[in-house]
Amino acid sequence: MKKYWSFFRIRFIRGLQYRTAALSGMVTQFVWGAMEILLFKAFYEASPESFPMTFEALSTYVWLQQAFLALYMVWFWESELFNSITTGDVAYELCRPVRLYHMWFVRGLAVRLSKAVLRCMPILIVSSFLPAPYGLTLPGDMTTWGITLLSMTLGLLLIVAFNMIVYMSAFYTVSSQGMKLVITSLAEFLGGAVIPIPFLPGQVRIIVELLPFASAQNVPFRIFGGDLAGPDLYSSLIKQVFWLLAFVLIGSFMEKRALKRIVIQGG
Amino acid sequence: MNLIRLYVNFFLMHLKSMMQHKVSFFMTLTGQFLISFNIFLGVYFMMTRFHQVKGFSYSEVLLCFSITLMAFTLAETIFRSLDTFETIIGNGEFDRILLRPINSLFLVLCSKIELTRFGRLLQAVVMLVYGVSSSSIVWTPLRCLLVVLMILGGICVFAAIYLIFACLCFFTLEGLEFMNVFTDGAREYGKYPIGIYGKNVLFICTYLVPFALFQYYPLLYLTGKSDNSWYLLLPLCCALFLIPAFLLWNLGLRHYQSTGS
Amino acid sequence: MIQVEHMNKTFKVARRSAGFSNAVKALFHKETDTVHALSDISFHIGDGEMVGYIGPNGAGKSSTIKILSGILTPDSGTCQINGRIPWKDRKEHVKDIGVVFGQRTQLWWDVPVIDSFELLRDIYDIPRHQYLITLEELTQLLALEEIIKTPARQLSLGQRMRCEIAASLLHTPKILFLDEPTIGLDAVSKLAVRDFIRKLNRIHKTTVLLTTHDMQDIDALADRVLLIGKGRLLLDGTLSDLKSRCEPPCATLDEIVASLYREFHI
Repeated sequence: MKKYWSFFRIRFIRGLQYRTAALSGMVTQFVWGAMEILLFKAFYEASPESFPMTFEALSTYVWLQQAFLALYMVWFWESELFNSITTGDVAYELCRPVRLYHMWFVRGLAVRLSKAVLRCMPILIVSSFLPAPYGLTLPGDMTTWGITLLSMTLGLLLIVAFNMIVYMSAFYTVSSQGMKLVITSLAEFLGGAVIPIPFLPGQVRIIVELLPFASAQNVPFRIFGGDLAGPDLYSSLIKQVFWLLAFVLIGSFMEKRALKRIVIQGG
Repeated sequence: MNLIRLYVNFFLMHLKSMMQHKVSFFMTLTGQFLISFNIFLGVYFMMTRFHQVKGFSYSEVLLCFSITLMAFTLAETIFRSLDTFETIIGNGEFDRILLRPINSLFLVLCSKIELTRFGRLLQAVVMLVYGVSSSSIVWTPLRCLLVVLMILGGICVFAAIYLIFACLCFFTLEGLEFMNVFTDGAREYGKYPIGIYGKNVLFICTYLVPFALFQYYPLLYLTGKSDNSWYLLLPLCCALFLIPAFLLWNLGLRHYQSTGS
Repeated sequence: MIQVEHMNKTFKVARRSAGFSNAVKALFHKETDTVHALSDISFHIGDGEMVGYIGPNGAGKSSTIKILSGILTPDSGTCQINGRIPWKDRKEHVKDIGVVFGQRTQLWWDVPVIDSFELLRDIYDIPRHQYLITLEELTQLLALEEIIKTPARQLSLGQRMRCEIAASLLHTPKILFLDEPTIGLDAVSKLAVRDFIRKLNRIHKTTVLLTTHDMQDIDALADRVLLIGKGRLLLDGTLSDLKSRCEPPCATLDEIVASLYREFHI
């Protein structure tokens, strides 16, 4: 366990070094958040009764999305990992006394967390001072905070576990580049990154909510904004746990099989 | 004339290189198609829920979206080398370009022609065709010409932004990610007529970065929401945005030649 | 004819410091150190000469090559090559020079080498007739026949370097700059490259300026050696001048150069 912790620390600290990039990224995310809210405002004015959530909950969703972009965006791939598989350099990793799956999982967590830590605070602070209903609305009771934190953790683990599956698939296909693009864009839409899932029409929404990607950012951000509560909240949390376990199992199974093949073929 | 022939030769070389990796090429093509298909789905679901936004109907929004997307995609295909200019400087390729007896900016453009973006272009064409045929606009030759001008104007604006980004690379390679606001951001939010984002955004996009000149104002004329015929000329004004970008390029080039970094 | 008089070049290098506040400060104001890459360099190289340009890493060799090829402007001093000032008349000047960087490639990775050559023909606007003659000659001298239809990525380093040199000579430049042309090559390829450069110089009277760390290159190619260190020109003489500088009869050229580095504290 200790070796994974020190591995996490190295990656995390390294991630913290890209400060100018973070500053630049923050500016970008402010603009995107603001544009997103202006866009929904225009739709809200078109017909307020068609709006599936309160405007406060939507603004909260948008700002959380921007603040924690690094945690939940599927497209944060590390091309280094893909390259190490396609060039065969991955063989060096196998010489170490650690499990590849665990090591890369920890690495993915560390990279995402270090990026998020640098960017989230300024966005959260400024957006919480914006006038209602355009800013971040903070919930009153502590349980909501607690459940949000739990659900965010589950969602982050789920995304990293999904990334792992895609990394592992590079062992099986020659050109992972295009597939990566296809999967990314699909996962983005189904996860509520393009428009929040409540904006989808009835039947589509029911199906999308059953799929794994709805268990990432969609759940915690809506809990925090008060859009998800009661029995729906608990079933969403259960779905999160279920999909997380499923992804981890699939990913580590793929890893074991791929490594066995490498050992047999001798690289 | 010679430069055109040379550009065609470079184009063929890129094509040949791509064909060496056919599977990867077609997968990337598909991926590009799907990524922007996401945005389309977002627009589709929003418009089916709300029917109109600030007086623009679904087919009018599609028209606007397709024009922006087409301008952006064509600009990205041609000017992608400027978007990745930091690597061209970093790996010494720019030094090699300066060793050629031809305009360096031209050779930079030749060094990368992003053919994988055709997937997205295809989608823009489909949407344009649908938007044109399903809207209630009466298509006079003038209006058709205006659509072409809007696309050309858009290419100019995006080209100028890419060029400015590349110029900044001459001075620093750090912290330039914020330029994405103007390229990816414009593609992302240019899907709707810029006017719907409110007065402030419209002001910025008129006087600071002229997105609205090729997109919003001409669209008002196109959809009959305004009959101010001055709006017809605005896409042409976008080309003026290239002038400061070129001046900046020359400044940057001189800086590069005196520092070599 | 290359004439360089009192050339100076300084660079400003940003001083990096740790800490978030420093990173923010650096956005607005950068603290810089000044590095003298070249100070008061003067030399003449006549037509058809083969000159070795040696010195330790960071001595100013590549800055010189960049200035001579028109990529970089010096702070002061003059430089005339065949009557032109390289950085003022860059586009005309580069038609007369060929440059080979040992560690970079100008060939297209995925297409046959000959396609890269044909693109260069169009870039330099070489008349078809003259291109064919040059190509024929280079193919023969560098033994390219077998490899010219192969994509560059499938070539060995030695094969690629031969193609690289050919690519730099298609427009029949009068002057050739070679920046570490034999780096990483095996013995056979090194000999082939050296042999070719000698022939080129003999047949076309091409002026050659060669930077290298391989003293055998110098021994085999250079009649004259320029030694540069810390931006200063320390020695300009023939190879035998260089050898006679060493008091005890040194065994190898490497040792002579090492002792010279020691002597000049570079």
